[in-house]
Amino acid sequence: MLDFFKQMSLVRRFEEKAGQMYGMGLIGGFCHLYIGQEAVAVGLQSALKKGDNIITGYRAHGHAIITGATPKSVMAELTGRAAGIAKGKGGSMHMFDPKAGFFGGHGIVGAQVPLGTGLGFAAKYKGTDNVVLTYFGDGAANQGQVYEAFNMAKLWNLPVIYVIENNQYAMGTSVARSSGQQELYKRGESFGIPGRLVDGMNVLEVRAAADDAVKYVREGNGPILLELKTYRYRGHSMSDPAKYRSRDEVQTTREERDPIEFIKKRLIEDGVDEETLKAIDKEIKDEISEVADFARNAPEPDPSELYTDILVES
Amino acid sequence: MPIEITMPALSPTMESGTLSKWLKKEGDAVTAGDIIAEIETDKATMEVEAVDEGTIGKLLVDEGSEDVPVGQVIALLLEEGEESADLKEAASRAEDKKPKEAAKSAADDDEAAAKSDDDAPKRPSRPAEAAPPMEVEIPAGTEMIKQTVREALRDAMAEEMRRDEAVFIMGEEVAEYQGAYKVTQGLLDEFGAKRVIDTPITEYGFAGLGTGAALGGLKPIVEFMTFNFAMQAIDHIINSAAKQRYMAGGKVDVPIVFRGPNGAAARVAAQHSQNYAPWYAAIPGLKVVAPYSASDAKGLLKAAIRDPNPVVFLENEIIYGQSFDVPKLDDFVLPIGKAKIVREGTDVTIVAYSIAVREALSAADKLADEGVSVEVVDLRTLRPLDMETVARSVRKTNRCVVAEEGWPTCSIASEISARLMEDAFDYLDAPVLRVTDEDTPTPYAANLEKLWLISPERIVEAVKKVCYRG
Repeated sequence: MLDFFKQMSLVRRFEEKAGQMYGMGLIGGFCHLYIGQEAVAVGLQSALKKGDNIITGYRAHGHAIITGATPKSVMAELTGRAAGIAKGKGGSMHMFDPKAGFFGGHGIVGAQVPLGTGLGFAAKYKGTDNVVLTYFGDGAANQGQVYEAFNMAKLWNLPVIYVIENNQYAMGTSVARSSGQQELYKRGESFGIPGRLVDGMNVLEVRAAADDAVKYVREGNGPILLELKTYRYRGHSMSDPAKYRSRDEVQTTREERDPIEFIKKRLIEDGVDEETLKAIDKEIKDEISEVADFARNAPEPDPSELYTDILVES
Repeated sequence: MPIEITMPALSPTMESGTLSKWLKKEGDAVTAGDIIAEIETDKATMEVEAVDEGTIGKLLVDEGSEDVPVGQVIALLLEEGEESADLKEAASRAEDKKPKEAAKSAADDDEAAAKSDDDAPKRPSRPAEAAPPMEVEIPAGTEMIKQTVREALRDAMAEEMRRDEAVFIMGEEVAEYQGAYKVTQGLLDEFGAKRVIDTPITEYGFAGLGTGAALGGLKPIVEFMTFNFAMQAIDHIINSAAKQRYMAGGKVDVPIVFRGPNGAAARVAAQHSQNYAPWYAAIPGLKVVAPYSASDAKGLLKAAIRDPNPVVFLENEIIYGQSFDVPKLDDFVLPIGKAKIVREGTDVTIVAYSIAVREALSAADKLADEGVSVEVVDLRTLRPLDMETVARSVRKTNRCVVAEEGWPTCSIASEISARLMEDAFDYLDAPVLRVTDEDTPTPYAANLEKLWLISPERIVEAVKKVCYRG
């Protein structure tokens, strides 16, 4: 539990700092923050083993860090520096760390779903018992290619756990305004893919659901679908004024359902000293300050990098 | 030291904004997440949240101030234990550095621009597309066998699948039906259902799935029944496959082949009959191959399957059944990126690829009867383009016609023509002419379709024009 607290706090502080640095003009383009959704990636990742892979959409900073990318390499990617995880060529939405099992970071809504299904195909083809976590949002859940992928995943019984991170807004459009059938966990049923609804703000529940799902898929039963109800506190991206929801709604969620406050409370109930938690948070804040300094001072890519990494040179 | 709150950048394009409203006043306590002000950007009115905890010490910009540059200090926040006495110095410091500290890299750019041209960072030049050295592709005395393009393609895949367990083929009707155009005939029998996979009719889905399998370490061959249907999948070919390695800073490979018939078929009208070569050849991160002969089809498909990059391999339905000499060699692999002179000549060069090579060769025969010696260059690969071979030929003949079975606008022919202006302008005795299909959707009626298509006669006509012969 303490690990959950640490990891979620790390992602939260990282993202707060990223937001701040965006405001300072140090991060360009689009920047989608994961604040509020931390329990999802942290809880699910904790149920995986070596060789399992994950893939997600453009809200990818948290997933990168949770799979093992250093916060420095992620922040330096955001500032577009050579020390970035993709040498500063990918930016916020495109990060990869295949050795750690992280396959992006994809900017086209829903594209990661067939790609993740293909990673599952490779795992099965090679005869491993590895699984793939394929994350997408409530917005992507309406993309046609998602269902093409569902069909093939079930047809070939591929080891894929589909994870809908339902933060309730596809940019500015709520699930109610975009989906005829709003119980997204049922979206796999007509393909023969069982689904389950999970409280994505409760990391312990996320972990329990992940354990069940991983076991089911690893045993060769084919794909499964989890819908994790969660909430993003910030706008869709940094330039979103978020006028489509009330301030109250955000505030109430923050006060009543915050995933970090939840685990903090549980830890304190278990006898962990509040001061210990404060000290951990302080340590993380300090680490993130250092990360930010690194990312703003690291050199930009050398101009010669413009023409590298386009093709594998033989 | 008080914390400086600066005018935030709130969109990718914002340079300054209007501070429309303060929601906190001096002396108010704030915690992270509290809204402190409303700012009007170039896109919308945004609420600005506090990132730190403390007490508002001083507001430095009045409500209603317009054009406040991003990065200017707009307020000072006192941390626990700090006094308002700390504010004075901080305020004057903020005044001093307004607003240049923020957006450091933008400032660096300005500095760079201000320096003389000599000091400016050098724009890296595009590396030359190094064509592989001219080699004897088929050793003298090699036994040749007659094979159709269809058979050569099948053999190429079978040989590579025998050689490498990671190679598999997926697509519509590739397995039990033996291929819609019979290119995969016999593969299911030899390699089984694990490696020869019938897909549902979901091009977008299986192109993405194949790309994911390549990311996962396999070497997929994705067959499109025709490239017309790959338009549904083009997002994965371009956004997921071609760009992946660059966006990952070289951390991933995408060894995949997308193949199938491309170009005009016969009497199937507009939706099933068109050439996509220029579309794919425009994309950095892809290799694009479009062979004509069976021998090239075999050697290049084997190379494409072994290539660690995404390769778009464009075949042609009309020539699947045409027979050619194919060398009987254990492992015949040709270099991608190398054009071939398929007929030597001295008066004029015709550059072509895929089925247009056949039309060009036929035109060359007719022209030979009239005393014109034509050199025909088969591009074979469209990305990277082997301009070296093309330009060398044009420097010799001083005249060039580009023949392409496809539309004229933004075509491979347009590209060759432009590149010859750059590479061989001084050697040209006449303008380069393009001979292509007509610039209309493909018609169904037999007479209209014939009028629409490129033909040897039209190539002959163009060659006579560049030779100034009546």
